[in-house]
Amino acid sequence: MLSRVAQRLYWMSRYLERVENTARLMGVYTNLLLDMPSGVNIGWYNLVTLNDAEEWFESRYKVKDERNVMRFLLADPDYAGSMLSSLQRVRENIRTTRDVVPAESWEYINELTLFVQDNLTMGVNRGQRHAFIASVIKSCQQFLGLFVGGMSEGQGRAFLRIGRNIERADMTTRILDAGIKVVLENNGNVLPATEAIIWVNVLRSLSGYLPYTKQQRKTVRGTRVARYLLEDTALPRTLRYCCAAVRHACVVLPRNDAVLAHVDRLLASHYAPLDDEDAVLNQEFSDYLNHLQLQIAELHQLCEETWFTFE
Amino acid sequence: MTIDWKSYSPGNFYDEIISSPGNARIPARRLVSYLSSLNDEELLERRESANVAIKQMGVTFTVYSEEGNIDRSWPFDIIPRTMSRKQWEKTAAGLEQRLRALNLFIDDLYHGQKIIKDGVFPRYILEDSKNFRPECVGVSPRFGVWAHICGTDLVRDKDGQFYVLEDNLRVPSGVSYMLENRAITKRVLPDLFDTEKILPIDDYPANLLEALTSLSPRRSSRPSIVVLTPGIYNSAYFEHSFLAQQMGAELVEGSDLVVGEDDCVYMKTVDGLERVDVVYRRIDDLFLDPEVFNPDSVLGVPGLMRAWKKGHVALANAPGAGVADDKVVYAFVPKIIKYYLGEEPLIPNVETFLCVDDRERDYVLANLDKLVVKPANESGGTGMLVGPHSTRKERKLFETLIRANPRNYIAQPTLSLSTVPTLVDGGTIEPRHVDLRPFIIQAKKTWVTTGGLTRVAMKRGSLVVNSSQGGGSKDTWIIDTGSK
Repeated sequence: MLSRVAQRLYWMSRYLERVENTARLMGVYTNLLLDMPSGVNIGWYNLVTLNDAEEWFESRYKVKDERNVMRFLLADPDYAGSMLSSLQRVRENIRTTRDVVPAESWEYINELTLFVQDNLTMGVNRGQRHAFIASVIKSCQQFLGLFVGGMSEGQGRAFLRIGRNIERADMTTRILDAGIKVVLENNGNVLPATEAIIWVNVLRSLSGYLPYTKQQRKTVRGTRVARYLLEDTALPRTLRYCCAAVRHACVVLPRNDAVLAHVDRLLASHYAPLDDEDAVLNQEFSDYLNHLQLQIAELHQLCEETWFTFE
Repeated sequence: MTIDWKSYSPGNFYDEIISSPGNARIPARRLVSYLSSLNDEELLERRESANVAIKQMGVTFTVYSEEGNIDRSWPFDIIPRTMSRKQWEKTAAGLEQRLRALNLFIDDLYHGQKIIKDGVFPRYILEDSKNFRPECVGVSPRFGVWAHICGTDLVRDKDGQFYVLEDNLRVPSGVSYMLENRAITKRVLPDLFDTEKILPIDDYPANLLEALTSLSPRRSSRPSIVVLTPGIYNSAYFEHSFLAQQMGAELVEGSDLVVGEDDCVYMKTVDGLERVDVVYRRIDDLFLDPEVFNPDSVLGVPGLMRAWKKGHVALANAPGAGVADDKVVYAFVPKIIKYYLGEEPLIPNVETFLCVDDRERDYVLANLDKLVVKPANESGGTGMLVGPHSTRKERKLFETLIRANPRNYIAQPTLSLSTVPTLVDGGTIEPRHVDLRPFIIQAKKTWVTTGGLTRVAMKRGSLVVNSSQGGGSKDTWIIDTGSK
């Protein structure tokens, strides 16, 4: 496979995953905020900080309200992480890899881009937001089905899988961090019941609530959730699962030593304080998550050097 | 309301579907009666579903501007153009004949130049040719074929006869739109495909692949074939990726390829460098290899010409093939056919006046208001003067241009392009002018598409069919009417 094509498949997969994650986050926040007792200090703006996009946002909007945050995340043409920008990148990458992806991909991405473009107000207004989000997630899942069911195993599939899982791993650490930030921002003034709601929603945003309850059979608590989302090997969005998936995909690729070594380090990562279930998730843990994000970025860089940028 | 075919009038032109008010030509009878069975609303619904299909299939024609990329949807009319199989087969034989002769001509120009020595083709035309590449002299591509893929533009005049308007031997485009037009029509008018014997056209990619495979310098059953594109900013990028996908070939950009010290071409892959056997290039000659041609080209591959001359890689079309894609050379094609094949041309040329000839130039200058003047080496309908629609100022300008560089201009009578009923804005059916671009492939054997791309001038009375200038297209049905 051409290095350039591999690189575009990788990014296509990352951006597609980003689209789905943005939709999921919007959904979870909408639910969460409706559940929060008044007086709890949590805002829509967290969705912006979560994506490290404060500077972008503030250069364009004065009011940090729901409407502006939604507009920004959905449709801002200059913010590379907005759903519409991501979709355009997915589209451009499919357009330039049409000879290796299933023929339907092009039709699917055109449909999805048109849907999002034509229905932005559905996403901005609360009344129809649920239907909008459900539709976007469904389309993203449809893509995954198409790739799994319609694409030969091989290098192309490997790069799609690597891209998807690196993006997911990154997002999981960010969502966890967002949960912690809400707790920290309220300086320990959050009631245990409210804190549970936050963690339930963190789990939900990663499709992890039901698997968690089945597997843990314990009440939802910050440390348990954090450990679960970082180290569980069965749930497809945990850090460990994503790294294992990247590892699995790398095995079929040539010259994979450096990448594998780095993935193995990530797979072995463990934050010792989480061994104590009564530990308090503090700024230090947030820093640890930040460290993980840097490690994931490093993994991306290694893939880039190994397979994409050719000497 | 349904279509009133009696009030449909193509005027003084040959109509492809209607022979006289209310009467359809034989291959179009079922189509016309089917269309008559639809009311206005149903007809517009069909058009709407075609538009949706085009958007979803992403059939686009890209126009890039400073404000960003505009992906224009491919302008398409749902009413197909029909022709009988019998008539098409005669036309196809003429197209094959023409390309065989042109390839013999190109090969001769780069070797012994016998046609010049025999006084059939004047040397000064070759000497002034913008598309003759001295770098190619003495090179012998496989089968003696230089132009492997040719798009020939045909027009039908008032008399119902097809004429060749021009041969595109460099990087002709449009075949993917021909294929997509059929895919759209199958969605929009599925009923007719049951009752009519419409010949399939989707064997093009397979035939192209077979031809490219036969060019491979290495004797392997599965040579490595790539489609070389200038990239996504090229207006025909859709087609490049479409063809690569259909053939299972790699779609590459210049930066994906590298020529090694062994003068072989390699592509950069995840596994390392991989040898390339055949390059179906969609980049103009002058951008192919910065070592030989335009040194500023970033689209091409340094060393590609070296590799080609050594026979380590096949290029389709071969560099230099464009020498026969010149409107002055065009005027000689009937003589070229006779010279190399000893046959009479099966499809005539449009009468052409060469401005380089003193007598013909005088005639042209005296009749600028009646003629179409074309530069010898432009494509896409640019730099033309359409006499009957021109202003005095434009004619004055062309007079100066012609006198300054007579070799660069030819003139032809204004043609009466045939028409096809077309669903126009407002939902009525009106005649619109069309041409036809079939594609001819030559390598080990010669092959012609079944029909071709019908391009239609969407504006009333207009003769400009180029998609870059507001032209649209239609599906082209070659129908087996059973008659011999």
